[in-house]
Amino acid sequence: MTVTELVSYEDALAGYDPVMGLEVHVELGTRTKMFCGCSTALGAEPNTQTCPTCLGLPGSLPVVNATGVESAIRIGLALNCEIAEWCRFARKNYFYPDMPKNFQTSQYDEPIAHDGFLDVQLEDGEVFRVGIERAHMEEDTGKSTHVGGATGRIHGASHSLLDYNRAGIPLIEIVTKPIEGAGPRAPEVARAYVAELRELIRALGVSEARMEMGQMRCDVNLSLRPHGSTVFGTRSETKNVNSLRSVERAARFEIQRHAAVLDDGGAIVQETRHFHEEDGSTTSGRVKEEAEDYRYFPEPDLVPVAPSREWVEKLRAELPELPRVRRNRLREEWGISEHEMQSVLNAGAVGLIVATIDAGAPADQARKWWMGELARRANETGAELDDLPITPEQVARLCALVAEGSLNDKLARQTIEGVLAGEGSPDEVVEKRGLKVVSDEGALGTAVDEAIAGNPDVAEKIRGGKVAAAGALVGAVMKATRGQADAARVRELILEKLGVQG
Amino acid sequence: MPGITREEVAHLARLARLELKDEELDHFAGQLDAIIGAVAAVSEVADEDVPPTSHPLPLTNVMRPDDVRPSLTPEQALSGAPAKEQQRFKVPQILGEE
Amino acid sequence: MSDSDLTRLTAAETAARIAGGEVTAEAVTEAHLARIEAVDEKVHAFLHVDREGALAAARRVDEKRERGEQLGPLAGVPLALKDIFTTEGQPTTVGSKILEGWLPPYDATVTRRLREADVVVLGKTNMDEFAMGSSTENSAFGPTGNPWDLTRIPGGSGGGSSASLAAFQAPLAIGTDTGGSIRQPAAMTGTVGVKPTYGAVSRYGMVAFSSSLDQGGPCARTVLDAALLHSVIAGHDELDSTSVDQPVPDVVGAARQADVRGLRVGVVKEFRGEGYQAGVMQRFDESVELLRELGAEVVEVSCPVFTKALPAYYLIAPSECSSNLARFDAMRYGLRVGDDGTRSAEEVTSLTREEGFGPEVKRRVMLGTYALSSGYYDAYYGSAQKVRTLITRDFARAFESVDVLVSPTSPTTAFPIGERTDDPMAMYLSDLCTIPSNLAGNAAMSLPCGLAPEDGLPVGLQIIAPAMADDRLYRVGAAVEAAFQARWGHPLLEEAPSL
Ligand SMILES: [Mg+2]
Ligand SMILES: [Zn+2]
Repeated sequence: MTVTELVSYEDALAGYDPVMGLEVHVELGTRTKMFCGCSTALGAEPNTQTCPTCLGLPGSLPVVNATGVESAIRIGLALNCEIAEWCRFARKNYFYPDMPKNFQTSQYDEPIAHDGFLDVQLEDGEVFRVGIERAHMEEDTGKSTHVGGATGRIHGASHSLLDYNRAGIPLIEIVTKPIEGAGPRAPEVARAYVAELRELIRALGVSEARMEMGQMRCDVNLSLRPHGSTVFGTRSETKNVNSLRSVERAARFEIQRHAAVLDDGGAIVQETRHFHEEDGSTTSGRVKEEAEDYRYFPEPDLVPVAPSREWVEKLRAELPELPRVRRNRLREEWGISEHEMQSVLNAGAVGLIVATIDAGAPADQARKWWMGELARRANETGAELDDLPITPEQVARLCALVAEGSLNDKLARQTIEGVLAGEGSPDEVVEKRGLKVVSDEGALGTAVDEAIAGNPDVAEKIRGGKVAAAGALVGAVMKATRGQADAARVRELILEKLGVQG
Repeated sequence: MPGITREEVAHLARLARLELKDEELDHFAGQLDAIIGAVAAVSEVADEDVPPTSHPLPLTNVMRPDDVRPSLTPEQALSGAPAKEQQRFKVPQILGEE
Repeated sequence: MSDSDLTRLTAAETAARIAGGEVTAEAVTEAHLARIEAVDEKVHAFLHVDREGALAAARRVDEKRERGEQLGPLAGVPLALKDIFTTEGQPTTVGSKILEGWLPPYDATVTRRLREADVVVLGKTNMDEFAMGSSTENSAFGPTGNPWDLTRIPGGSGGGSSASLAAFQAPLAIGTDTGGSIRQPAAMTGTVGVKPTYGAVSRYGMVAFSSSLDQGGPCARTVLDAALLHSVIAGHDELDSTSVDQPVPDVVGAARQADVRGLRVGVVKEFRGEGYQAGVMQRFDESVELLRELGAEVVEVSCPVFTKALPAYYLIAPSECSSNLARFDAMRYGLRVGDDGTRSAEEVTSLTREEGFGPEVKRRVMLGTYALSSGYYDAYYGSAQKVRTLITRDFARAFESVDVLVSPTSPTTAFPIGERTDDPMAMYLSDLCTIPSNLAGNAAMSLPCGLAPEDGLPVGLQIIAPAMADDRLYRVGAAVEAAFQARWGHPLLEEAPSL
């Protein structure tokens, strides 16, 4: 493998236009698998949720999960797609030990939904329309654990262990049309698209779409072409990118890497690549020597799916308020700008803020904490907001403590730190760390007296009418109380004691 | 239709995961060539405007409700496994990635 | 009654005697197990005999009767099950080394229905590996002999099932028919075999060869017995998406009706000529004459695309099987070869399949892989699917003017073991007349219509009915059977050697 010096992002974009294709797999939250009645519940012991069908035992046959089809249609409708009047499943044939039948039951040239679009809003408020090529139904594979290798990776493993509990869980694969014209904002578009799609999937209630749990996975296909060219360049396929941030980073890295190769006069190899969270790089996976020949053909064990137009229209009528509409409503309710709302979306914070408000917090406070301190901490660790070990209810409680004057902002931040460190609920952290604002007038009065006594010259200035000088005494009191006092009250007391009107 | 070569047989065998022996490659090349020559007759009657039939049944929309059915026990699931470990199927090292 | 008398009864008679308390199911089962013991070394119809299970099932029937419980129409009747249906805890090999020793953790729907009907499953019968073949010579466990002449093939792929009937090892058997694997062995052994309408009998637990063609069905020595078995195994199954959700036609009533007066019978013009044995055509023509005498109106019909059925079949079936058999990869069940700790999963899979599959299976898997490959798909698989449409149209046109079609079941009588093993194309010709019904999905039956004068071997008459009109087969078949037996003075099988 040759290591290529990356070209700076700006230089890469100066020379080339990126073209992207995003393939997102969403694991549906149905109770049972796509083609058998095995449970999909998480956390089960290995191979306890398997049957002849999802183990691919000789003689077994698939039967389609009606809810899987319904979810696919609802996703298709929400993505503004046409819903096929008649379509079939197809077998995608390739050997791999995590796939019990050695073919994946999928759809090929007859997807259930096709030709739609999803509008995504960028940070600056601009709406970018991403074309949807298709959304089709398929099934997940089993899970392999590689044993004997140094890092649990596939290379160097002496053998692998297979658990087929996940095999056969319904997947919807959503494929975009080539995304062109995004220019330098291609990585941002990629992230915004996946974020918007995730919101949509959650709003539909068809999946929790938790990327960190593999319930939603994104393949980023990317190629570059010189400005002005209309021919697509050779693409790389970065597989299974599993966070919003990583989607953006993977696209950005590939743009820089492609540019470097092309600038060097090299050719891009069509290959799959793996994304590395640690440094945001990608490395070469399997080179596609010859085009994969999957020998698709119509699945003879299943009959065609022909959703009646009545059913489709009924599902269309029952669609929930879609995220963009909902966000516009929330934006007005919260009184924020489109730009601010977009930041909320990109941070994956919409649902969290709504839940925090539902738990009793004022909108501005809920937004302030999620988009401020919590977003900062998530960013530090490269985690998603909803991965943070703090609940909307806890954030709402924090807001309440601030509102009643028990905490000031600084103490609230320390409380968050405690909650995130696993020290318990906000109340428990406050208790254990002794973070309460000092509101005992006697104790505060003593601290104020001491500050006045220790700074006679400042006190004199204030008595003389220079009220602004009170800040220095407030600072001294805050220092003495290790920040646990309410600064506004301290100021009041100082002015009171010095007989000055504030 | 062109005759089927030994190399093509080797390629098919790779796709089909058959570790054919040398003499089998020759043997199958001859036989597959004869069979393919004979079955090519299908194209004589298959006009453009004839719709294909992938299945003899005119059924559509056969689906089941999303209700959980009992699974096998893990002992049953693994009962035929050539090797097992930690209640999982033990398989030789997997090369390459999907 | 002596053991040999018990094994010569029809299933209907056996059931009646058990229900009437004249004989116990256990005695009937013992008699058949004894017969298997006595002759199966020569015939090799069985791959596995479940002596204990069969006797236990028989005793349960006897207990039910003693308690005065209502017995089903085939309660206590022994049956030979093709080794392609899964049987929980009992070996299921599909005639292949790759599944040797596999004990399925579940029952096929057919297996379950048989058990629920109190049919006594004696064991599993030999077959061409994965049902690919017309002679049972492709079994990994050695060929089955034809009870009429043990040096000849019993037909295939279900040669074990048909041979077990002809050897009086069981009065009933189950087969599967992808291109003729029930009907052609029936013809070769002088027995009755029915391929029901596609979707009539559940495929759940029936190891797939070619999913869009495979159909399980009854095998018996009489048309009525086949009808009784048909009504036990047929019917909707929610575990098989391709199962027909309609009432099963009254096949038993039709077999009892046994009357062809006023029926229009079409003789398929294309099924004669080069490759058809003279004695086969002679017996076939006599059958047609007989139908006329019985009051049927006989006309000749032309189904020109039937001549393309064989090539279409040899593209569709291998294509589907190349995918269906991919699961035999040495990872989850069955044979594993070469896992010495140095080889990769891919290498172990390839070595296992190389060793575990016989030549016919490899040939078809490669043929199917070829036909589905990009660049060839349209010319081969795609064209074959169009031929399928045209064959269905030929049938539809024919059934506009006739109620059933007739033809020889197979162009020749049973050929000697070894004669066609290295000439796949010659072997394939054996299914010339049976394949169109698999492609179109309609129902068909084979029943004996005499012995070919030149070799003294049984000849089969094929009756073909439209989809879901399986009852017509039984009506016509029973009438022909009765008339022939009246003419011969006994069932044809009485002329078979005693072994
Ligand atoms: Mg996919
Ligand atoms: Zn399952």
